[in-house]
Amino acid sequence: MTKKKSFLDVLSTSTFLHILFSIFLGFLVGALFLVVMGLSVGEAYGRLINSVTSLKGFSYVVVYSVPYIVAGLSVAFSFKTGVFNIGAEGQFVVGSMAAAVVGILCPNIPKPLLIPLCFLAAMAAGALWGIIVGFLKTKWGINEVLSMIMFNWIAFYLSNFIAGIPAIKNEGSAEATKNISANASMLFSKSFIKSAGLCPTANWGILVAIVVMLIVWFIIEKTTLGYELKAVGSNKFAAEYGGINVNRSILTALAISGALAGLAGALQLMGMGSRISIFSSQEGFGFAGIVVALIGVSNPFGVLIAGLFYGALMYGGSKLNLVGAPTQLINVIVGTVVFFIAISVIFKNIFRRRARSPRSIERQAEKEADKK
Amino acid sequence: MSKEHVDMNVPVIEMRDIVKKFGDFVANDGINLTVHKGEIHAILGENGAGKSTLMNQLYGLLKPTSGEILVNGKKIEMNNPRDAIDAGIGMVHQHFMLVQPFTVTENIVLGTEPVKGLKLDMATARKNVVEISERYGLSIDPDAKIEDISVGMQQRVEILKALYRGADILILDEPTSSLTPQEIVELIQIMHNLTADGKSIILITHKLKEIKESADFCTIIRMGKYIGTVDVDTVDENDLASMMVGRKVTFKVDKPEQAPGPVVLDVKDLHGVDYRGVEILKGLNLQVHAGEIVGIAGIDGNGQTELVEILTGLRKGTKGECTVNGVSIFNKSPSFGFNHGVSSIPADRQKHGLVLDFSIEDNLILQNYEESPFAKKGILQRDPIFAHASESIETYDIRPRQSEKRAAGTLSGGNQQKVIIAREVQNDKDLLIAVNPTRGLDVGAIEYVHKYIVEQRNKGKAVLLVSFELDEIMSLSDVIDVIFDGQIVSSIPGKDANENDLGLMMAGGKTA
Repeated sequence: MTKKKSFLDVLSTSTFLHILFSIFLGFLVGALFLVVMGLSVGEAYGRLINSVTSLKGFSYVVVYSVPYIVAGLSVAFSFKTGVFNIGAEGQFVVGSMAAAVVGILCPNIPKPLLIPLCFLAAMAAGALWGIIVGFLKTKWGINEVLSMIMFNWIAFYLSNFIAGIPAIKNEGSAEATKNISANASMLFSKSFIKSAGLCPTANWGILVAIVVMLIVWFIIEKTTLGYELKAVGSNKFAAEYGGINVNRSILTALAISGALAGLAGALQLMGMGSRISIFSSQEGFGFAGIVVALIGVSNPFGVLIAGLFYGALMYGGSKLNLVGAPTQLINVIVGTVVFFIAISVIFKNIFRRRARSPRSIERQAEKEADKK
Repeated sequence: MSKEHVDMNVPVIEMRDIVKKFGDFVANDGINLTVHKGEIHAILGENGAGKSTLMNQLYGLLKPTSGEILVNGKKIEMNNPRDAIDAGIGMVHQHFMLVQPFTVTENIVLGTEPVKGLKLDMATARKNVVEISERYGLSIDPDAKIEDISVGMQQRVEILKALYRGADILILDEPTSSLTPQEIVELIQIMHNLTADGKSIILITHKLKEIKESADFCTIIRMGKYIGTVDVDTVDENDLASMMVGRKVTFKVDKPEQAPGPVVLDVKDLHGVDYRGVEILKGLNLQVHAGEIVGIAGIDGNGQTELVEILTGLRKGTKGECTVNGVSIFNKSPSFGFNHGVSSIPADRQKHGLVLDFSIEDNLILQNYEESPFAKKGILQRDPIFAHASESIETYDIRPRQSEKRAAGTLSGGNQQKVIIAREVQNDKDLLIAVNPTRGLDVGAIEYVHKYIVEQRNKGKAVLLVSFELDEIMSLSDVIDVIFDGQIVSSIPGKDANENDLGLMMAGGKTA
């Protein structure tokens, strides 16, 4: 109808612009903090940008972002199918530990077999963590958010317990597991890393993340399974009426989402960590997955970009202390971005209502008339 | 209808040559409306004809692009509903705007509460409310909470709210769409009480029967254009319908005589409880044959909801048996019933019928998304799905056209219903269960829905029709089963039925 749209109209209709705007606001708030602390905004943000744009810096960003991307895909998948996987944290931890156990106890299996085996173990553990919660929900109606948060802690202590078992524990003084077998490592060869000038932990993880992204997209958009899960997610009554088994769908969605979070844990271990420390607090990869899914609006490709963005902030943020800015600044920025994206629903509704309100239609009609 | 209470010399509302444009779209194109003191004036038009736009201008929600509005002979410019209320105009919206946990009195006085010092004076408020309600015969319980009272009473509360604010002119927007037949009769009585007291009423509706029963004059709008204003006494329902849709509308559904075939649905001694666990089906027996429409007539709350829920697998019965073509579907899943010959048009189309976020093409395959040609080896085949949707949109007249990829939630109610009907009819099952299939639809859409239901019957399918519209039951059914207190109390041939007898039986008065 109308050709020219107001800024608010565009913001309310274009998710992409809305997110860019939220990110902008995040950096703006970060800048305010810098000014209050008497630091140079240009210097701090310059440092941030410089640290992630060099080849080596960017390779760090990619390495950092892999677990965030895959955990983000896990949460995005759950959003699309109407469950809220706040348990990605616990699934990440058990997945990571399952891969570590396989990687430590089976050092003699050749690499092409051991890597997929570790993936499978991690995905099975994560899926199991998701299914238990789904079972509690479908069988006894126990709220999944509550049980997931509890299962995050169960995973946390279980991981610490396993890390202390003699067969797994590091012989040295380190409070961590042994290193996984070199056959389970996904690192690029040392010589390649050196000649290409990449960071020392450069690894194949990003390729796995991209493949996982494509698979998730394919399941959601192209398969009958995705159709079924989405139908249950958006209207379980109609889905049930249409003959879809709602409980089975919820279990399937949680299992897939859990498997993805578990895989994210394996990728973190086999790409960067090589071993698992005894935790003193939750590491938060799964929670970061929620952030990434939100920024990526649950779109698989969006999650890939959002994961890279998040990885860049995490890596770049660690360099901020070089200019005297606290690294916590990054958390302020991320928090602000998420805040503005999370209220997008309210945001959009307000703008949309405005855009549709009689007065606004009126104004548009008047503008039209003026032009003629 | 006598017009003695209408004072033709006193026009209270005059809308002259109202034009309302939204961009290039002309929603109202030169509409005239004159309402006199003591008159019930109906505004008739199909869904989307521009009735609500016109009323929103009268109520200050929209401003006309051109034209003028006079209230009590004075030209008035209305900028917001406050101005309209000050001018003595009140509006009762189709969807009530009541605060659920508040009492009737609290809702009525909300915003204009009487105060004593700094305290609310609820005693006076209650007294005032009771006074007005008695004056106009609007029976309400002033102390009941809104969430506990019937839809009919909620509507009376809305009317009282407007009267409490001093309205002399009431706009009622589709007031009967959610009422039971009894409540409709009561509402019409209330409207007459109000006009006898000198109030004027504008009634927005697409139900012709109610216009004939209540209105003095009727203004017809079609696609935004003013078609005319008629004295209701001089026209019949057919005239009104053809003025509204611009073509001849047939109310009589063409239904050839046809001998019923074998039994398809057989319900024996069915028992079941409602959501509170109270037994509501008390040994119900029912049969539907192939090539036959069986209509269930009854007052809401006599077990028809539970009967349908049990037949469609959404609720478990406590005792009894239901078979379709000899196969038991009692206490099985919805998909079991579907796979054994049951398709249904659910009562709540937005909750059970459609996934509103899904596109039309995806909604059309809700039960057969796993079947060829829509899926192969678990992969959705977009081309056949799209082609299927295009064909359905054309055949079932779903509007707008080219809407295959549009979310079902963006369609009008009538077109959402057409999507469901297209899906259920094309499923081609032996038994079709239709629950209030035309609720909230306009005459044109109703005609389509009825046509498809009868077509199923003519093709030899069994049809179970549950509806609160007696007219619908009477014009479609081969057999009418009257449900009362959880049992079928009488079963009569459709052609022998008349409204009075049915009404008596529905109230448990007599069994044929």
